[in-house]
Amino acid sequence: MKNKSVIIIGAGVAGIEAANNIAENGYNVTLIEKENLLGGNLKNYAKLFPDFYEAGEVKNNLINKLNSENINVYNNNEITELFFENNKWQAVNSQNQKFLADAALLTTGFTVFDAKRKEELGYGIYDNVITSLEFENMYKTGKITTKQGNIPERIAFLNCVGSRDEKVGNHYCSRVCCINAVKQASEFKEIYPDSQAYCFYMDMRMAGQFYEELYRKSQEKHNVIYIRGRISEAAATLDNKIQIKSEDTLSGLPLKMTVDLLVLMVGIEASIGTNQLASQNEINGEYGFAKSKGLYGNDNITNKKGLFLAGTCKRPLTIPETIADAKAAANQIIKYLNQI
Amino acid sequence: MNYNNFIIPFCLGASLLLIIIIYKFAKWLSKLDKKQKYFVKRNFFSKKSIAAINEVFREALIHRNIYRKNPLLGYMHMSLAFGWFLLIVVGKIEASFYAGSFFEEPWLAIFFKFFAREQANFWVANFFSFTMDLLLLIVLSGLALAIIKRLKSKILGIKKATKHVIYDKIALTALWLIFPLRLLAESSTAALVQNGSFLTGGIGELFSLQFAQNVELPLYWAYSSVLFVFFVSLPFSRYMHIPSEVVLIFLRKWGAKAGEQYSGLSDFEINSCSRCGICIDACQLSFSANINNVQSVYFIRDTRYKKLNDNIANNCLMCGRCTEACPVGLELTLIRQQLRTKTEIAGKHYYDYCENKNNKNKTDIIYFAGCMTQLTPNIIIAMKNIFSAAKVKYWFMDEDKGICCGRPMRQQGFVQQSKDLISKNTKLISKSGAKLLICSCPICYKSFKEEYSLDIEIMHHSEYIKMLIDENKIKLNKSELNIVFHDPCELGRGLNIYKPPRQVLSKIGKIIDTEFSEKDSLCCGGSLANTVIELETQLEIRNKALEILTKSKPDILATACPLCKKSFTHAYKGKVMDIAEIVSKFLYLQNNSKKQEIKEKEIFSILK
Ligand code: SF4
Ligand code: SF4
Ligand code: SF4
Repeated sequence: MKNKSVIIIGAGVAGIEAANNIAENGYNVTLIEKENLLGGNLKNYAKLFPDFYEAGEVKNNLINKLNSENINVYNNNEITELFFENNKWQAVNSQNQKFLADAALLTTGFTVFDAKRKEELGYGIYDNVITSLEFENMYKTGKITTKQGNIPERIAFLNCVGSRDEKVGNHYCSRVCCINAVKQASEFKEIYPDSQAYCFYMDMRMAGQFYEELYRKSQEKHNVIYIRGRISEAAATLDNKIQIKSEDTLSGLPLKMTVDLLVLMVGIEASIGTNQLASQNEINGEYGFAKSKGLYGNDNITNKKGLFLAGTCKRPLTIPETIADAKAAANQIIKYLNQI
Repeated sequence: MNYNNFIIPFCLGASLLLIIIIYKFAKWLSKLDKKQKYFVKRNFFSKKSIAAINEVFREALIHRNIYRKNPLLGYMHMSLAFGWFLLIVVGKIEASFYAGSFFEEPWLAIFFKFFAREQANFWVANFFSFTMDLLLLIVLSGLALAIIKRLKSKILGIKKATKHVIYDKIALTALWLIFPLRLLAESSTAALVQNGSFLTGGIGELFSLQFAQNVELPLYWAYSSVLFVFFVSLPFSRYMHIPSEVVLIFLRKWGAKAGEQYSGLSDFEINSCSRCGICIDACQLSFSANINNVQSVYFIRDTRYKKLNDNIANNCLMCGRCTEACPVGLELTLIRQQLRTKTEIAGKHYYDYCENKNNKNKTDIIYFAGCMTQLTPNIIIAMKNIFSAAKVKYWFMDEDKGICCGRPMRQQGFVQQSKDLISKNTKLISKSGAKLLICSCPICYKSFKEEYSLDIEIMHHSEYIKMLIDENKIKLNKSELNIVFHDPCELGRGLNIYKPPRQVLSKIGKIIDTEFSEKDSLCCGGSLANTVIELETQLEIRNKALEILTKSKPDILATACPLCKKSFTHAYKGKVMDIAEIVSKFLYLQNNSKKQEIKEKEIFSILK
């Protein structure tokens, strides 16, 4: 029994959590990560919603458990092929090196939407249009400023960039960006209580525990102003401010305003790895995400025997959801390894 | 006199046909607008009429255009139309020759074999007889193709055959019967009096004398009756295109042009549609989105029978692909625009602020980005970059936005507002003293060109960049990039600008051909003109177009219209760039090694 093994592709939250769970049960785990550092997208965040928990702590707790002798970690390894042959799951990296195991778990996760695809918003063109990830990064360094180094007097967050947008082909809601915008707006106001923060939204989706409370607090305590409307275009003024055009769809009036910093809440898209490995195994679902066998009790298994899924390679999920999903996947894999 | 009662249906039908056509033509001619009438009067007695006759011959009889697009289909039309025409002409000569006078009974030519029973058997008669049989054979072969086309249109290279209305079916059935009946009737006469040639005579030999005697008269009655049916159904069926197209060709040659309003000319146009169905195959709504009831042929048909509804009128991308394909050269998108319901809201005048947009400095060159380009700011940045590299002074007319060329309003029916705006813009432009206006958006370009009367030169930025290169004002780096150029509808079919963008791009990389380019180019699906289909359908059209365009996996998909760029960028993960952006990235900057280095890096990153 002890010789049975599993390959896990992607060492983000789901991959690490599942690796730990499986290794604890005495199986061999090969955990493969394309980047140098482990932690996946979690690395990009400073604090987590809705309780401002340190993202770094979550990440360290996960990684610290990895020193089990049953786990072999290979970083800087990008898997380009995954297939079942000679009774083994085989993962091949870009250097043509092969990893073999009895089962495979896909935890290849997501990437954020490339905001340049919405040119009218000016990302990559104007200095002071940034993405939510860049905001996190600034927050980490403790310096939220314009490119020119000034304290933003007015900041605007724009929700649903690349999500719920038929034109870019993403009809779905990314689920985390609304609450993330509330979190970031609150963080901003904690640092600069005298500045003004606006948030442009289609609907505020506050469907998690304590989300609504955070949303309310951002209005009552921080006076964040929420405007229902999408931003149709953004342009830089001569002094590097960003002029935005929108419509306040509650009052039905067109709206033009100038802000110092525009933050685009970029949505979640399937990562290239997810897309590639899922289609190779014919488990590709909508929008390039991977497809499980079914939502009810079969969400970690696939139509391919011995190939399992966990985390955001299936759909947008929050971090607690991802951890729970990884545990469930680990459970399924252990059962499977026991049987074969 | 050569007379028999069976000629009555024919004579009656022919007279009715003549009366109805004259009535219809008179009505449409009276509906021509002032300008059109002026041209008709001015050019009626001119060389233009001779040119028109020439074209009638080529298009209405020989069907040269259809022939070019589809030879087999062309032969079918030609054999039917030209063959029948010759049958009439040669028949008429034959009859006159026989009667010894030009003014013989008008039906004599039609039923010649029946009446010319005791014709002397000398070589002239034989010659006529032979020619008539040959012509009949040609017509019959065309007919056979027509029948095959109905049953199996794919053989003739048509993917979708037109669905017909009841008048068409009646006329069509009659038309199909005319020639076989004629053949049988003449064969029976030939059997009795031996006046047939190889065809009628040959078939006549198969008839026994008794049989021929019994069927001869009934066959002539049947022949005459189907002629009657065909003649009276013709003006209400698609065959009305035959007489209408003749007049249309004259009107066009005389210089009558379609305007924004529906006019008598439009009546001639919609009646000149032969419902050949070529436009269906050209339409992306059909081959990309499986919408098969809104194409120009149906739109025109519904207009003709006064059944047009908004759903059909507005379900069109206005891409002009059908206009390009139509063998009759109908101005299909223009007619559609004429008939689209316009808004009835009077609206306010919002454009007072234009007067305050003051350009104090005189300028030689104006740059007008347009509202669409404002949504693709990279194009504007690129243009600024190019202007500065060429050391050109210019006035960016809509830098702080707010100025519109007026076309969107005009299309919605805000004609007065649009006129106000046009006159304000015209003042702004003429005050500046500019001699050249450069547009980034083909739609604005078209609007300035067609709706304004500016006496300055107007260029699309692709033409302007071409000029800068020719004048050595800018130099470009050559690269290994493979570039596919997508012709925007309005720039290509709309303004006939195909070469300049290609000439510019070939200085930068290698241009890869695609299946659909230049006149055949596809619509990007981003068209704002279709107000009926769902966004999803529009995206399907875009995706199909994108698939075709990027089949060769080019490094860059280049275009020259902000709308095309936007609609492709949203779906394509590779590089989509406007021609101005590409040029700006590949500008060769001398005397500045540092900048040059950055350029090279950038080029490298595009290549990646
Ligand atoms: S979570 Fe909010 S911002 Fe994100 S896609 Fe859904 S609605 Fe838009
Ligand atoms: S509009 Fe032109 S192409 Fe279409 S059916 Fe009529 S004649 Fe043919
Ligand atoms: S203009 Fe384009 S979309 Fe409209 S009917 Fe013609 S081909 Fe079809």
